[in-house]
Amino acid sequence: MKEIVIISGKGGTGKTTITAALASLVKNNVIADCDVDAADLHLILNPDIRQQEDFFSGKTAFIRQGDCTQCGKCVEVCHFDAISPDFVVDPVSCEGCGVCVAFCPAYAIDFNQNLCGQWFISKTRFGSLVHAKLGIAEENSGKLVSLVRKQAKQMAKKENAEYIIVDGAPGVGCPVISSITGASAVIVVTEPTLSGLHDMKRVVSLAGDFFQLSTFLCVNKADLNPDITEKMMEFCDTNGVHFAGRVPYDESTTRAMVEGKNIFEFKPGPAAAAIREIWAEVEDTLRGNKN
Amino acid sequence: MIISVASGKGGTGKTTIAANLALALAQNVQFLDCDVEEPNGHIFIKPEIEKTTTIGTPIPVVDEGKCTYCGKCQKICEYNAIAVILKNVLVFPELCHSCAGCWLICHENAISTRDRELGVLEQGKANGIDFVHGRLRLGEAMSPPLIRRVQQQLDMSKTIIIDSPPGTSCPVIQAVKHSDFVILVAEPTPFGLNDLKLAVEMVRTLKLPLGVVINRSDIGNENVRNYCQMEGIDILMEIKNDRKIAEAYSRGIPLIEIEPDYADRFRELYAQVERRVAR
Repeated sequence: MKEIVIISGKGGTGKTTITAALASLVKNNVIADCDVDAADLHLILNPDIRQQEDFFSGKTAFIRQGDCTQCGKCVEVCHFDAISPDFVVDPVSCEGCGVCVAFCPAYAIDFNQNLCGQWFISKTRFGSLVHAKLGIAEENSGKLVSLVRKQAKQMAKKENAEYIIVDGAPGVGCPVISSITGASAVIVVTEPTLSGLHDMKRVVSLAGDFFQLSTFLCVNKADLNPDITEKMMEFCDTNGVHFAGRVPYDESTTRAMVEGKNIFEFKPGPAAAAIREIWAEVEDTLRGNKN
Repeated sequence: MIISVASGKGGTGKTTIAANLALALAQNVQFLDCDVEEPNGHIFIKPEIEKTTTIGTPIPVVDEGKCTYCGKCQKICEYNAIAVILKNVLVFPELCHSCAGCWLICHENAISTRDRELGVLEQGKANGIDFVHGRLRLGEAMSPPLIRRVQQQLDMSKTIIIDSPPGTSCPVIQAVKHSDFVILVAEPTPFGLNDLKLAVEMVRTLKLPLGVVINRSDIGNENVRNYCQMEGIDILMEIKNDRKIAEAYSRGIPLIEIEPDYADRFRELYAQVERRVAR
């Protein structure tokens, strides 16, 4: 079983569009949406939810005003400026460290687990999907990502799936680190812009240098700036990254999305053909037919 | 006044709006790029960096000569970042949130601190704009403490424009929570609408005033506009999908440079925000 994570560094380069396309192209797969902060894959996969669970993680302090002696110890020990001068905890600023709870001489602070979101196991027309929804303004997206991946792995074992296709988050921080740690390979989807180039180099370095993962690069909307696309290919050559291919700008991608379809289902155009070739390239390399 | 530019979905044009707004005002402006995971504002503002500071966060160092292995540090740590195993204390630096619990609770004063590097803070100037951004160290998971450090550079005598990271979770909250107004950038597609709704909920949780800018306004469908109308959210500006704009963006050329008419439109956007904040 191989777990392939699609990430991008920069947001909006086409991760989810490409994940949704791969989900239908790769037979015998389990799909996971690890962009728990702004999950969109369900808009294309239209999941039939079979199991729904609450996700509890982290704690928040709550000062019981009736028991509080207003001694000020909690304000003094809080390193996150989360307690107001009149001893009310701001739940958004509270990191759930519990230091105020431990130091309160009046034992006036409650410390309960947060309901941070939900996760789901669903059936879709392209296979089983594990996905999640982080509550608004909640923390611990990294832990929810780990949970989604763990569930997807169990599902893949049960179904004897060959691949897990994972839609990742933008950036290089906590949810991205959680979604790529220990994966079989990552596909970085970028766009040929200076921002795309800058962000791609960072996320490739994170995946390749830091986590030593087999890394593929796919340039979406490659015709927007052929010079930068060229630079990206050179970058792959000199940095041990597999160049998986170029996807041309294709306005049918947006129209497919509006209809809730992936690009193979809508009207397979140049982008669909390119993604088919990219997957063939990735699969060949992963099977050791190429290096 | 502090104006944040945010969006649920990535790649909708946050940096385009934030950078062009700053460039169009170009006087008494401070630009804070709080997207420390992938900062892009510098590509368009092109500041001369004058100062680079390495930013760290304190993590525990245990003096085992003083340690009695009582286990209080392990007990207070909610993040499993310190463990006492027989006569050994293990610290897991990447799990530490710098809450200070372990060094405050240690009766033997056996815990001092050292810094774990979060990243760097870079400050500079570009024609009338004070520029600040953070750059998260690769491999570092926690961006909010570095975002906090970017925000400590706030100069309240100026108009402050914050470029926020995408999403709706802790890094975004940290970036926008001190704002007077939040501009949410959305594209009129199903993904754009889904993520705009999440972003609106987030901004409403923080009780901040907001308005929407629709980018690539002629793609997709009408649902983002219908949603804004139903929710009573003002659409402050629309920018058409234009290959010329996209190509200029790809080369790091600001929108107001290739389409000078937009300079007035961005100043008008600012005036609209100002009127709403004054209300």
